[in-house]
Amino acid sequence: MLMNFNFSSVWHYWPLLYHGFLLTVKVTLICAVFGLILGILLVLMRISGFKPLIWFSRLYISIFRGTPLLVQVCIIHFGLPQLLGVTFTSTQSGILAFSLNSAAYISEIFRGGIQATDRGQYEAAMSLGVGYGDMMKDIIIPQAVRHILPSLVNECISLLKESSILSYIGAVELLRAADQITVMTYRFFEPYLVIALIYYILVMILSALGGLVERRVNRSDRVS
Amino acid sequence: MIEFRDVYKDFGALKVLKGINFHIPKGQVVTLIGPSGSGKSTILRCINLLETPTSGQVFIEGKEITAPKTDIQDVRKNIGIVFQHFNLFPHMTVMENMTYAPIKVNKWPKERAREKAMELLRLVDLTDKAESYPGKLSGGQKQRIAIARSLAMEPSIMLFDEPTSALDPEMVKEVLEVIKNLAHTGITMVLVSHEMGFAREVSDRICFIDEGIIQEDTTPDIFFVNPVSDRAKAFLEKVL
Repeated sequence: MLMNFNFSSVWHYWPLLYHGFLLTVKVTLICAVFGLILGILLVLMRISGFKPLIWFSRLYISIFRGTPLLVQVCIIHFGLPQLLGVTFTSTQSGILAFSLNSAAYISEIFRGGIQATDRGQYEAAMSLGVGYGDMMKDIIIPQAVRHILPSLVNECISLLKESSILSYIGAVELLRAADQITVMTYRFFEPYLVIALIYYILVMILSALGGLVERRVNRSDRVS
Repeated sequence: MIEFRDVYKDFGALKVLKGINFHIPKGQVVTLIGPSGSGKSTILRCINLLETPTSGQVFIEGKEITAPKTDIQDVRKNIGIVFQHFNLFPHMTVMENMTYAPIKVNKWPKERAREKAMELLRLVDLTDKAESYPGKLSGGQKQRIAIARSLAMEPSIMLFDEPTSALDPEMVKEVLEVIKNLAHTGITMVLVSHEMGFAREVSDRICFIDEGIIQEDTTPDIFFVNPVSDRAKAFLEKVL
């Protein structure tokens, strides 16, 4: 019989799955925060009007978008220790690689949002004597964030799903936890199905949260 | 108060202003009239340097603001401008829109900025909208708030760039009423408007602009009754 599912063996190893789940969520959250901060820094460089900063930002984005994430993870985890003599745990390498990578995408999302902000908003702020820094911080970026919230939620979802790449360098996140269960139980379908379901539920939760936040911030500036 | 000396402005190959000269004394109300594309809005936007003249000089209160080392921010906070499309900050309440620059730029204490804002909301008759977001206001209300927001900085000059052009017809009057009440209170006003009746009623002076040149610079009574230039006559025939 091909279809004799046996989930009890998976449940037997639930602490393993639970720790994998925690690591996946932790990595996603930390990288989302770092990615956001770095991404904003990158976009500020990009629009600074100062040539070397613009150049750096463009090169950075080009490199991180132009190479596979898995290769970036490998360079940081296996390559950097050889170069710098420091070793990272697989979790540290993962967080570093994912944050740096995500920053490139987030800064491009931000740039789109800033460009989409009406020219009149700049003119109104400038006419009131508001300086460039305050204008960006208080007038332009808050509006850009509203425009790009859906894209930011998508980026978080990507981060969550791509965090499975960390299994490649040995971090015991969800995928690696499932791998270990397959080795111990000789069952493949059930562990992978269970983690697929966990990923799916997490993505659904993120989407719902995104929708909630979006409705909240938009409530104020929509025409009744 | 406001002086233009031989101001030229090009946008690439397009020559928009071709030698503008005028002097507007303190407290005067001047309306710039002319066909679309004539350069009236560009003249207005050169007064607070939203456009930088290609050549020529602009003086505000005797200071040349087109000089290289001018503190543009310092010039602008003294000149209010009201835009065709209001340009209120959509993520701020009416009160925040009105107190942001006074607190941030003029370093007023919050209380003083709020008091000033409430006083101006009374002036434009919108005290009940202080905590509303711009998205909840009608076009006419938005423009009245935009006027009040500019006035909150206590500018000595107010510019109006087609303030009623984006409004539904039934809302034009309430905005013009606010502008009219502002005229001749000591504040220097420059308007770009297509409301001919209003321009005639409120202005001390009309400048008729066409092809980037001031074709006629005269009083409303003379301009609307006995225009001198053929261009002005042709324009008035079309719009009146």
